[in-house]
Amino acid sequence: MQLTVWTYEGPPHIGAMRVATAMEGLHYVLHAPQGDTYADLLFTMIERRAKRPPVTYTTFQARDLGGDTAALFKDVVAAAYERFRPQAMIVGASCTAELIQDDPGGLAKALGLPIPVIPLELPAYQKKENWGASETFYRLVRALSGTPVERAPVDGRRRSCNLLGPTALGFRHRDDLIEIRAILDRLGIAVNVVAPSGATPADLGQLGEADFNIVLYPEIARAAAQFLEKAHGQPFVETVPIGVGATTRFVEAVATLAGVDPAPVLAGAPSRLPWYSRSVDSTYLTGKRVFVFGDATHALAIARVAAHEIGFRLVGLGTYTREFAREVRAEAALHGIEATITDDYLDVEAAIQAAAPELVLGTQMERHVAKRLGIPCAVISAPVHVQDFPARHSPQMGFEGANVLFDTLVHPLMMGLEEHLLGMFRDDPEFHDGAAPSHLGHRPSDGTHAVGRAPAASPLAPAPAPIRIEGEAAIQTASWAPDAEKELKKIPFFVRGKARANAERYARERRLPLITLETLYDAKAHFSR
Amino acid sequence: MNAHAPLPATECGVTVRAEHGQRAVFCGLTGIVWLHRKIQDAFFLVVGSRTCAHLIQSAAGVMIFAEPRFATAIIDERDLAGLADMNEELDRVVTRLIERRPDIRLLFLVGSCPSEVIKLDLSRAAQRLSRRLAPDVRVLNYSGSGIETTFTQGEDACLASLVPELPEAAGTDELLVVGALADVVEDQFARLFSDLGIAARFLPARRAGQMPAIGRGTRFLLAQPFLADTARALEERGCQRIAAPFPLGAEGTTEWLRTAAEAFGVDPARFEAVTAPGLRRSRQALAAYAEKLVGKRVFFFPDSQLEVPLARFLSREMGADLIEVGTPYLHRGHLAAELEWLPSGTAVVEGQSLDDGLDRCRAARPDLTVCGLGLANPLEAEGLTTKWSIELLFTPIQGYEQAGDLAELFARPLDRRARLEV
Repeated sequence: MQLTVWTYEGPPHIGAMRVATAMEGLHYVLHAPQGDTYADLLFTMIERRAKRPPVTYTTFQARDLGGDTAALFKDVVAAAYERFRPQAMIVGASCTAELIQDDPGGLAKALGLPIPVIPLELPAYQKKENWGASETFYRLVRALSGTPVERAPVDGRRRSCNLLGPTALGFRHRDDLIEIRAILDRLGIAVNVVAPSGATPADLGQLGEADFNIVLYPEIARAAAQFLEKAHGQPFVETVPIGVGATTRFVEAVATLAGVDPAPVLAGAPSRLPWYSRSVDSTYLTGKRVFVFGDATHALAIARVAAHEIGFRLVGLGTYTREFAREVRAEAALHGIEATITDDYLDVEAAIQAAAPELVLGTQMERHVAKRLGIPCAVISAPVHVQDFPARHSPQMGFEGANVLFDTLVHPLMMGLEEHLLGMFRDDPEFHDGAAPSHLGHRPSDGTHAVGRAPAASPLAPAPAPIRIEGEAAIQTASWAPDAEKELKKIPFFVRGKARANAERYARERRLPLITLETLYDAKAHFSR
Repeated sequence: MNAHAPLPATECGVTVRAEHGQRAVFCGLTGIVWLHRKIQDAFFLVVGSRTCAHLIQSAAGVMIFAEPRFATAIIDERDLAGLADMNEELDRVVTRLIERRPDIRLLFLVGSCPSEVIKLDLSRAAQRLSRRLAPDVRVLNYSGSGIETTFTQGEDACLASLVPELPEAAGTDELLVVGALADVVEDQFARLFSDLGIAARFLPARRAGQMPAIGRGTRFLLAQPFLADTARALEERGCQRIAAPFPLGAEGTTEWLRTAAEAFGVDPARFEAVTAPGLRRSRQALAAYAEKLVGKRVFFFPDSQLEVPLARFLSREMGADLIEVGTPYLHRGHLAAELEWLPSGTAVVEGQSLDDGLDRCRAARPDLTVCGLGLANPLEAEGLTTKWSIELLFTPIQGYEQAGDLAELFARPLDRRARLEV
């Protein structure tokens, strides 16, 4: 048993729902108790879908358990077929139905429906949402992609590809798709099928006609792409085009596979990110300490953007996607840090506190942790709340995605000019040590929490010292000698908080009772980076 | 499936029909979301699956982050395979939890579908843990599983689990008001009862150590319509229910108070004097919305069991027309007064067959459809105006001072539709 307050991922049948809801002409019959329909509102509320998910639940109750839940399941499948007339169906069990051991696949097969009915085995007590989406998509592709077709010879013909991975409830999947389609269009590559998003079961039957596949979200589509490679001889590109560098590599990889010239897409300055990053206002971003956490796809891609395209310093990297732990560990090692691989938000919170970042890039969950700690934050990965299914075009992928990312990653921090002005006018009542950026709305309140709360550090100059407190003795802070205190006031305001924290940490570690002028500059020398 | 078994019409001419099929409702675990805020030193530990954790997180929205007093002990394959002793695992989880939250005085082990299906004996676990953690923490258990409870029935199961624990009262002169009410509403009712000269206590109390005493002859008044098991548990301890409509709207509140006042022999003149200001204010507040709601055709999907009293309020006080009133469960005894107040011929449907209900709703094209969040946006997209029903559980709606707010909840979506030009 695992004590859980927050879960980064839902159970695997939610992943299956994400695939079914993304598609057209497919219906999902889920053997599940009354109450599991709560999942509908993720789609109708968070993603604001205008249709109910194409899911029929058996919604069995206790009184049904005494009778024949298998018969109930068959009746529901038959009725759902009659009502919705889908091209294909998927059937499966949620966690409770898994325990009562009816066999959805066998039961549905016994009905002899005139459409493909694909059974899903989604072990709810071992696996989670993304795995469920991947498995469902893989099973659908396996069942419906048909026998290998003879593709026309490549000479002079326009190449085509499939786009694999976008689902319902996917973080920015809608807009990523628009960007990727535009890139392919400019490369002169035809899009054969996009799946699961918008595809019908019949469309899946056409998958084999494409020359190659593009995997946009490996968590969801890698398994299906590997199958298509084996069954239909289609190579696939798995470079996730998030960030300028990654998008460039993606364009080159796709162009190579398609035998076309990448120049039309890469010519000129396709993204504003490089110039914005080089403009002098961005200088203050240099070496800002950033902590990145999310699903593997986004955590890896955003870590690279943060480090190599904006010039932050990566002080933390992690994912809740255990399937991709190896890749994330390798990336973290390049930055000389250890990856945080966990699905327990308390572990993530502890890691954030220990790393003492100046910016957190994470999920909805990290947004709340950062809010509590008074650290600026931006959301870069699911799970996300309704505000991260925005009305405006906001891709993560492609060159426009890179523009969006620059804004997303930089806005929570104070802009350089604003920071400078604050320093100049620091004695004005409107501007002082404790002033938060105007757009960071929320100062941590003084509520009581069982979890150790970080001191309310100014986001301008957060202390690099670990905030975690190890026992009462460690809390004792050395006192300041008057001359040291006076000297501290001369230090430019925007680094003063850091200087204070560094001096106190230096004194604490050396058990110095008094911080003198000497200590202050010893600490400065010690911590200078 | 979908067998529509017509039941005999009640004396008041309301037809009640039972319906079976797919249900789009929450399970009883959802009750935790408001119950944990009511009992301030209680913790709710669901013993269930990742689905249960995901449900509570989805229903609780942003509350999940404010160091909430609920969590899920997720059963994993080691537990199911017998590799780990589930009772030992539960003890370990609870120990860790209590160490982390020493402020907790009352711990509910909440059963879920998975824990019920594998027949994990949470009542014995509660007894065992209660002994171990006494006297600092009491441990109780109830089931909020979807197979046994629908949405608000989770509160019923929770309160029913408290009843055997309530101390024995000496006298019988106290009134017990049953059902979790928003603190502001509870305070208003406490003042009204006090002015009437009735000593009233509330179940649940705001703290575990202050739960009301009951005894033979204790008279209780239900503040919520979904408390069948709690009422039965109270009756088993010799308490007597005061049958009344529910305190929604000016009329409902007055009759609810009047029934209690009569039971306690309050002088009618005093009753009039005490209730007159609230009644006047509530009527005044309601008048502002009457124009917007009069003649509007309303369709209720089943959700919380509040549907019948709400429909009664909309029909009698706001002049709305009722197309269909769905309810997940209809306690004919507790709702007798409410059913009598419904207009003759009102169609009440107990249970649900979702797609059939949607067909009827689409055919009727109501002016306002009261439904859950899974249906609301899809129906809006079809051009129907909706009021999402879960808000009626989280918003203070009972009593005189909230009558206007209650009407506003229904009037606002209509107002909004009228305003939007795009």
